Amino acid sequence: MSGAFRIPRAGRLSQAKTARFSFDGQSYTGIEGDTLASALLANGVHLVGRSFKYHRPRGFLSAGAEEPNALVQIVRDDARKTPNVRATVQELYDGLAANSQNRWPSLSFDVGAVNDLASPLFSAGFYYKTFMWPKAAWKSLYEPKIREAAGLGVSPDKPDPDHYSSRYAHCDVLVLGGGAAGLAAALAAAETGVRVILADEQAEFGGSLRFETGAKIDGQDGFVWAQAAIAKLTAMDNVRVLSRTTAFGYYAQNFVGLVERVSDHLKAPGHELPRERLWQVRAKRVVLASGAIERHMVFANNDRPGIMLAGAARTFLNHYGVAVGRNVGVYTANDSAYAAAIDLKKAGVNIAAIVDLRDNPTGPVIDEARALGIEINFGRAVIRAGGKLRVSSMTVQPKNGGGERTISVDAILMSAGWTPSVHLFSQSRGKVAFNDETKRFVPGTYAQDCVSVGACNGTDGLSATVDEAYAAGAMAAKDSGAKTAKGTKPKVDASESWSRGMLGAAPGAGPDTTVKAFVDFQNDVTAKDIRQAVHEGMRSIEHVKRFTTNGMATDQGKTSNMHGLAIAAETLGKPIPEVGLTTFRAPYTPVTFGAIVSHARGPLFDPTRKTAIHPWAEAQGAVFEDVGQWKRAWYFPRAGEDMHAAVDRECVAVRKTAGLFDASTLGKIEVVGPDAAKFMELLYTNPWEKLEPGRCRYGIMLREDGFIYDDGVVGRLAPDRFHVTTTTGGAPRVMNHMEDYLQTEFPHLNVWLTSITEQWAVIAVQGPKSRDIIAPLVEGIDMSDEALPHMSVREGKICGVPTRLFRMSFTGERGFEVNVPADYGQAVWEALWAEGQKHGATAYGTETMHVLRAEKGYIIVGQDTDGTVTPNDAGLDWAVGKKKTDFVGIRGMARPDLVAKGRKQLVGLKTKDPKVVLEEGAQIVEDPKQAIPMKMIGHVTSSYWSQNCGRSIALALVAGGRDRMGDTLYVPMPNGVIEVEVTGMVFFDETGGRLNG
Amino acid sequence: MLLIRCPYCEEERPELEFRNAGEAHIARSANMAGESDDDFEKFFFIRSNPKGIIYERWRHMHGCARFFNAVRDTVTDKFVMTYKAGEPKPAKLPGVAK
Repeated sequence: MSGAFRIPRAGRLSQAKTARFSFDGQSYTGIEGDTLASALLANGVHLVGRSFKYHRPRGFLSAGAEEPNALVQIVRDDARKTPNVRATVQELYDGLAANSQNRWPSLSFDVGAVNDLASPLFSAGFYYKTFMWPKAAWKSLYEPKIREAAGLGVSPDKPDPDHYSSRYAHCDVLVLGGGAAGLAAALAAAETGVRVILADEQAEFGGSLRFETGAKIDGQDGFVWAQAAIAKLTAMDNVRVLSRTTAFGYYAQNFVGLVERVSDHLKAPGHELPRERLWQVRAKRVVLASGAIERHMVFANNDRPGIMLAGAARTFLNHYGVAVGRNVGVYTANDSAYAAAIDLKKAGVNIAAIVDLRDNPTGPVIDEARALGIEINFGRAVIRAGGKLRVSSMTVQPKNGGGERTISVDAILMSAGWTPSVHLFSQSRGKVAFNDETKRFVPGTYAQDCVSVGACNGTDGLSATVDEAYAAGAMAAKDSGAKTAKGTKPKVDASESWSRGMLGAAPGAGPDTTVKAFVDFQNDVTAKDIRQAVHEGMRSIEHVKRFTTNGMATDQGKTSNMHGLAIAAETLGKPIPEVGLTTFRAPYTPVTFGAIVSHARGPLFDPTRKTAIHPWAEAQGAVFEDVGQWKRAWYFPRAGEDMHAAVDRECVAVRKTAGLFDASTLGKIEVVGPDAAKFMELLYTNPWEKLEPGRCRYGIMLREDGFIYDDGVVGRLAPDRFHVTTTTGGAPRVMNHMEDYLQTEFPHLNVWLTSITEQWAVIAVQGPKSRDIIAPLVEGIDMSDEALPHMSVREGKICGVPTRLFRMSFTGERGFEVNVPADYGQAVWEALWAEGQKHGATAYGTETMHVLRAEKGYIIVGQDTDGTVTPNDAGLDWAVGKKKTDFVGIRGMARPDLVAKGRKQLVGLKTKDPKVVLEEGAQIVEDPKQAIPMKMIGHVTSSYWSQNCGRSIALALVAGGRDRMGDTLYVPMPNGVIEVEVTGMVFFDETGGRLNG
Repeated sequence: MLLIRCPYCEEERPELEFRNAGEAHIARSANMAGESDDDFEKFFFIRSNPKGIIYERWRHMHGCARFFNAVRDTVTDKFVMTYKAGEPKPAKLPGVAK
């Protein structure tokens, strides 16, 4: 049996297909097609949660996405524990296990409920006021305790084992919402042949046709018609139908984000299906058919379990076959709750009484209720509900005061009217307009190519809705390019219709009262809190919202915003439109991080770039470091070596014999064309016209402001061809910089730029034995110092494959950089390695590269410079062509501040104690005894232990640094002050003789 | 995500393919080295920040890689039009008053 409250012959689920599930460890039986909410209600369970602040017992308010109360934790396994799942949305599957949240030790006895008694402490804005003394206690005591007590659910503590997918889609007409309006619009558009996507958040299409028993379309029951319409649409090639799919965000130019819940409703999803799929849809036209959401009545204790929206009770009965009680009271300010009473009465449920705030309403539903013998009380209010863990009574009073009467009930259905769901319209930057007659905000001014139809547009009645939606669907298709329409508009034969209602607090919860009449259930905001916020000075609705937290919970105020606004407006004595509506923001309902991140996590988070020689380094046990997206070999430890030992050994070996280094990641750009030299003249500070083919030059690139942007060795292969190298991290921006000038400032130059970074693998062979290692493998290049001096380049062959062989050095030793096509990179490396073994060469990584270049005072752009360093600051004036009349940065470099005295200049630093290695980034002062904050005159940019020098070495930017040679400066550190001497930047082989050694 | 029409590809493509490159129609002097401090300041540092129509440079980074100019409304974020680099500021803008 699937629950004592299941009504035979009611609803659309098959009683035969049962599903077992558990809630807080207790086992229950439901039916396939149930939501967790309907299955629990079928078993008579209303109490499912505790409120956020007061820990009040809570039940189901709604039957859908707007649910503020019934948030549960769904536990599939150790890693899959999803918190804050709305039980009204979660579909039941066999074996589902759910737990309640925010209660201890149990749902029916919750210690935290003491907050309800202590509620004066927790009034609106309490976190700004109550717990402010002593001040220090907020951070250490109050805030952590309050957060702990107020937490909703528990985050999973393991990595998410599920996978998510993501798709882009394009269509002519995107229809959001699959109720009568959405279906009619989709049919009209689809019949013209344009590409249509139709999405609805529910498992089944139909929207409110799920509960509207009075609807008849094309001679059929409304819900049956909806299923036929969906079957027809699904069969069409030009239509994509997405169920369980929520449009959560409406972005610029009809770009809409949807999330499809693919497998959360399945017992065993397996790994083939993603858990969710993100759809990013670009539509020519969007039809918004998002419906309306019913509002509750604001009265004392309106949050007791068993008190719910009338439309929700109808859904539970008419779709799921579940009665929400046996003796049900109804409290309403509009007609729609009558239909709920009538449906329940016909299903055999006792309706204790209908209490209607209106004085003398008339209409067919009222007549029908009366004919069924239901007691109806006009002009009366429910001033409070009785009961605690479940509603037990409603106390009724004439709305202008008078004698009270208490009626026993086990559920109360309420309806204050329906709020059009303008969320997506508003997100599209459309402006809503207030209809004073119907007291609703409806779409006013449109900002994008979309149209609202049906209840979300304030259109009442099924007939008018279908007419409007069908016409809008056809128009959207026409606007997006459709030629012909050949469909037939669905014919509405019978319909339910209601509108109006009330906004704000009901009698008994007015300004003269202190009762807990909830406006926002999830955040425990009462009518009194909103009035208090106004009294305490909040004037803007945005301030009222933040002070009270009304509408700020995970349901984003779907049921509460209009009530809150009306109460604020009444207290302010202003009309509602003058107070204004808070901003609607994406997402419409919560979206998982998984869906947004999709596959972009782990190794796919960011591309990893590896050089051709990477596998060799990996096999050698290299330790890698990330440089931008590149993996670079950092050092090559041998058995027993730590990083320090490995780097010392590598550094010594390079200077003693030779070292091999994978320099493939260096950026490389080929600058080609008749005007290549002219272009180089403009982009670099150096002169290039007279550089002979076959020779290289160290180039500096500036930005227009005169600061160093990049550097690198440039080889001239031919009069019209330069092989430019850039820093590893700078390659893309240098290419962009060059393209920018070539395309927009110097388009008259006949030059082509090609990124060749990945075309060539680069093997640096450095050290006294480097030529001996390379020479035996090279063909067609004279390797003598006369034919191939330092800073030259030749094309030839190595190991039988083409090479661009550079003689250059970033170590200060005789050195070469062997460029070979990347496909041959590892093979040539292995050949050079074998040759190197004969001479005792070592492989070295980026750390040794850094130490060796620092020993020589060679800078690294981005480490020794920071975007505020000029060539002069870096001691590189020699690289600026003095006779040049133009290059990028020539004017910026001459700005008064850039030529002023006292600028920070790059210098060397030697610690007085040679064993002490400075920290990079450490600040430098003149007088360590001065009071804090001290005057900082510079900072350390590079610092290493140099085994070759037998001491520590450092580079630093120091104000007026070159005038301080030999001076003693100080580096204050937590463990004491370090004395340093200012020196030149070259620590090893000052005369540079080893370049030819 | 905005749609941007590349004037070279002659197609509307998603914003992801493009990169903004700052304000348009700021000419680099032919006599750069001779610019006064004031003129250099105007050229390099001073940018307009209008509420409304702005002229920008964009690059179709992940497409044809060309730089081009665009007219955009900073209030609505919408692109009014795009045109090729080197073309003059359009005298008339489609759909814009004044």
